[in-house]
Amino acid sequence: MNKLKTTPLHECYSAHDGKLIEFFGWELPVQFEGIVQEHMAVRQAAGLFDVSHMGEVKVIGEDAQAFIQYLITNDIAKMSNNDVLYTLMCYEYGGVVDDLLVYKFSSTHYLLVINASNIEKDVEWIQQQASSYHVMISNLSDELSELALQGPMAEQILQELTDEKLKDIGFFQFKNHVLIQGIDCLVSRTGYTGEDGFEIFTDNCSISRLWQLLLEKGAALGLKPAGLGCRDTLRLEAALSLYGQELSKDISPLEAGLGYFVKLDKDNFIGQKALLKQKKEGLKRRIVGFELLDKGIARHGYPIFNEKDEVIGFVTTGYQSPSLNKSIGLAMIDINYTKLDTVFYIQVRKRKLKAQVISKKFYNKKYKKS
Amino acid sequence: MKVMADYYYTKNHEWLRMEGEKAYIGITDYAQKSMGDIVYVEIPELEEFFDKGSCFSVIESVKTASDIYMPVDGVVTQINNTLEEEPESLNEDAYANWIIGIQLKDKEQLKELMTGEEYETFCK
Repeated sequence: MNKLKTTPLHECYSAHDGKLIEFFGWELPVQFEGIVQEHMAVRQAAGLFDVSHMGEVKVIGEDAQAFIQYLITNDIAKMSNNDVLYTLMCYEYGGVVDDLLVYKFSSTHYLLVINASNIEKDVEWIQQQASSYHVMISNLSDELSELALQGPMAEQILQELTDEKLKDIGFFQFKNHVLIQGIDCLVSRTGYTGEDGFEIFTDNCSISRLWQLLLEKGAALGLKPAGLGCRDTLRLEAALSLYGQELSKDISPLEAGLGYFVKLDKDNFIGQKALLKQKKEGLKRRIVGFELLDKGIARHGYPIFNEKDEVIGFVTTGYQSPSLNKSIGLAMIDINYTKLDTVFYIQVRKRKLKAQVISKKFYNKKYKKS
Repeated sequence: MKVMADYYYTKNHEWLRMEGEKAYIGITDYAQKSMGDIVYVEIPELEEFFDKGSCFSVIESVKTASDIYMPVDGVVTQINNTLEEEPESLNEDAYANWIIGIQLKDKEQLKELMTGEEYETFCK
């Protein structure tokens, strides 16, 4: 077995009783105090996540804007400097390479933040597509570390450690060279939990000091270290997609319900033809939200049946929701079964449990939009 | 970690407690801690027979589903229905809340299980 990769914070987990698991070749904390406690801390106060495993790719050069516009499905033409944009990048046939965030420094300088599980594949893909553009692509994943500070108290906690006016950083905006107790950071008002909060990038040497400073300062306001376990339950409640579950090379962004982030009418981009065709012909399946009516939990990969016992889809994510205290999930389902209130059956080991299609708005997101 | 001295234990962190001719089976304190918040317990049917080492229940915590195995051969004679409504009681006291009561097939099998003392060492 290959040695698991670790982040610069690996040594800090044990002080908070972090329980480690393997996550796509990384050894990361699944939980500290407990998934539910951490989940509720993020909803009610704040949680601090080590997300240093995420990948970062710098794109610079005179063609940077044109190249990224070609690479991704969303439209970066309207981005101002210091904006962040959520997008996908697709293969020619419409399957998803990855979902990512685009940080715009200028029209010749961008940072792409990609999934840890996809770093090698993405970097290779991005480099291949760039051959006819004047751009330089650098993989900074091993040099940059990242924390996610999430929850209603996030701003107050971070504000106590910096002179920068955080109120000036709007939703999906960022500021570079923010000094947090002297540590040079990039701070964006982004996240993966459905709460207000920040993602903070800095170099590998400074990250453990930043982690400790935040936890010390935040403890009185309810801040807790948080693991991958609650990151997953939080993003499910906010119906945010995860690559490998709701998104994959075999799932198009339209099927994933992410059509809003696919600007089919913009100039040429990779996957445009296939996605236009898929839209024109109509989707054959789509991701829906569901609630289990019988007791149990429907987890990733469990098959879904109709009344006639025919397979009509599969579960992409499922949990007992800590905020709603209901068993909920997301599923990829035959388009004929996607209407609200439709009933279907999920095979959970020996039993078939009754479930019903509900709105994906499981939890009302609490973003600070100006 | 709590261990009950007069219970029997398996390497999979199940416990067995004898009460006359009957045995009660549950999960250990160590097991509930490592599972985290328990949200659902799948309980077998009455009168179902299970071989030693076969899976008789599945416990769902927020993060994962864990199989629970029979410490000995036996027939289910009692089920703890309160776990359907209050699965979290296993987190609160894993030893007070049994999952099933069984009729043992062969008492000799108890000798193959760990004592409290042995289990405590095993967990270290």
